[in-house]
Amino acid sequence: MVSHINSDGLLKFQTVGGIEARVLVGKRVRIGEEGIPGVIGYKPVHLQDSTERNGAVKKKQLTIDIGAKDREQAEEWVDIGDTVSFAYDPVEFGDNKLMAKALDDRVGCAVLIELLKGSYECDIYGCFTVQEEIGLKGAKTASFQVMPEVALVLEGTTCYDVPDTKEQSMSTLCGKGPALTIMDRSVIADRDLLTYISDTAKACKIPYQFKKTISGGTDAGRIQVNGTGVKVATIAVPCRYIHTPVSVMDKSDLENMLRLAKEVLKTLPAAINLYREQGGKQYV
Amino acid sequence: MFELIDTLTQTFGPSGYEKKVAGTIADLLKGKVDEIRSDALGNLICVKKGSGKKIMLAAHMDEIGIIVSYIDDKGFLRFGNIGGIPPLMILGQRVVFENGTTGVIWYEEDIDNMKNTKLDKMYIDIGANSRTDAEKLVKVGDLAVFVGETVEQNGRIISKALDDRIGCAVLVQLALSRPQTDNEIYYVFTAQEEVGLRGAKTAAFGIIPDMALAIDVCDTGDTPSCKPMAVRLGEGPAVKIKDHSVIAHPKVKDRLINAAKEKNIPYQLEVMLAGGTDAGSIHTTAGGIPSGGVSIPTRYIHDASEMVDIADVENAVKLLAEFVKEMVH
Repeated sequence: MVSHINSDGLLKFQTVGGIEARVLVGKRVRIGEEGIPGVIGYKPVHLQDSTERNGAVKKKQLTIDIGAKDREQAEEWVDIGDTVSFAYDPVEFGDNKLMAKALDDRVGCAVLIELLKGSYECDIYGCFTVQEEIGLKGAKTASFQVMPEVALVLEGTTCYDVPDTKEQSMSTLCGKGPALTIMDRSVIADRDLLTYISDTAKACKIPYQFKKTISGGTDAGRIQVNGTGVKVATIAVPCRYIHTPVSVMDKSDLENMLRLAKEVLKTLPAAINLYREQGGKQYV
Repeated sequence: MFELIDTLTQTFGPSGYEKKVAGTIADLLKGKVDEIRSDALGNLICVKKGSGKKIMLAAHMDEIGIIVSYIDDKGFLRFGNIGGIPPLMILGQRVVFENGTTGVIWYEEDIDNMKNTKLDKMYIDIGANSRTDAEKLVKVGDLAVFVGETVEQNGRIISKALDDRIGCAVLVQLALSRPQTDNEIYYVFTAQEEVGLRGAKTAAFGIIPDMALAIDVCDTGDTPSCKPMAVRLGEGPAVKIKDHSVIAHPKVKDRLINAAKEKNIPYQLEVMLAGGTDAGSIHTTAGGIPSGGVSIPTRYIHDASEMVDIADVENAVKLLAEFVKEMVH
């Protein structure tokens, strides 16, 4: 977000959500509704002293260059408070891969749009939530309006099958199917629902994996504690390099997540009814 | 009392997996309360009906533990924490899984400075020779809890999971004693306290009580060179003034203090600087709920050998019995 316009026409900015300064240098951006083009600039290597060369760059050292000659001209194009997004178009490449900005979590939005085209034996509230990246805020008010019994959170999640990662620290693997979260910093998935989803995947021969790290948080954290409580689970497409200008996914993971979510929605209402008939809500 | 504490502390129940504890408590209270129910998060809510005010008493069922995140080809398990676990405290500790599999926690010995030890440099050895071997007993996502049997000695109890099965024991004992009152009492055994006071939030929303208390443990300041705190083991249950999650409502705090004074029940005042309790999420529920707490002074919280004084536990039951009897104004 643009926070200040320097007298020389360069823009200072604040980050919205978790972004590391190191991934920003030299990246193209679009600003405001009109998509004014800009680039995040930093001193070229020739002008850096040894501390700058050896240390990580900090956000406050970076500015956005929109090619304005001074503050006055910059103010004609942008305002303080304008939001800035990365300017990278999606590209299909390699072995069934796709690279794009914002896979976290437009990939979940894409799956939800497809899911809503189906018909199911229960009411489905497709919630496209706001402000997840700055503290799971939208999900809180959305779930208060819906008061759901069960919630599925569709996500793009971390995938560390990248160089210099020990196998035990690889959270998910690209191309090995949608990832189910057992636990992260925001939520412990409902055990019955999680088992139901993994059993469904097995029965339908849909590949899936469990996310191996407990970092990060999702809307599930807010939804679970809504009202008198909600049974929640998270299904996610593994995405390499999330929270950078370009992330990468395997298209088969998205297709399999859609298949899995569809199967679950088709059969879950009957399973819940059965659970109720057996007195699942009552101990005595 | 010892038998009850032993049963409750030794029942498997890390955060999110409290079903066994809930089952045990439900069995104990069957027929002693008017209604027993659970909710989506796994809270167990036991109600003694009444025409007076609604009083919610919450003790959490979940205990801290670990979750398996990876099994390597030699059969060693990597893990993450469930709740607050200081790495140095768990070195060499035993853990046990729900199916009874036992493991030992150790660390990668090339660590330069033990103080910087982190959980990702540690592993669990279940005596397996290979991944295949290990996977016969444990899979990724399985949870384990610390091993620590329950011992009574010198009027004190040493055990794992006294945080907060001791609170559960107090509530069970109180419910069994069936205090005579018009007030409607909700004995709530909550889920997922250790990972962020989650269960109490939905339980409180379902009840919207007029007043609530968290029955949990608090630190003490009576061991060699410890952090200063004006609470000692054996000098009575602690009336919560504040912890990191809540400032006790003056009305609730005063009511507890008055009840203790009137009945000559020993009590102490708790100002806990770190750590929160269910009262933290209850008091901001709906339009706000006057909340406080009664804490059992406990040494070595989150270690596999926590310690409480049995007299403090018994006095907590007495104090709560007085608290729920009084009319709420």
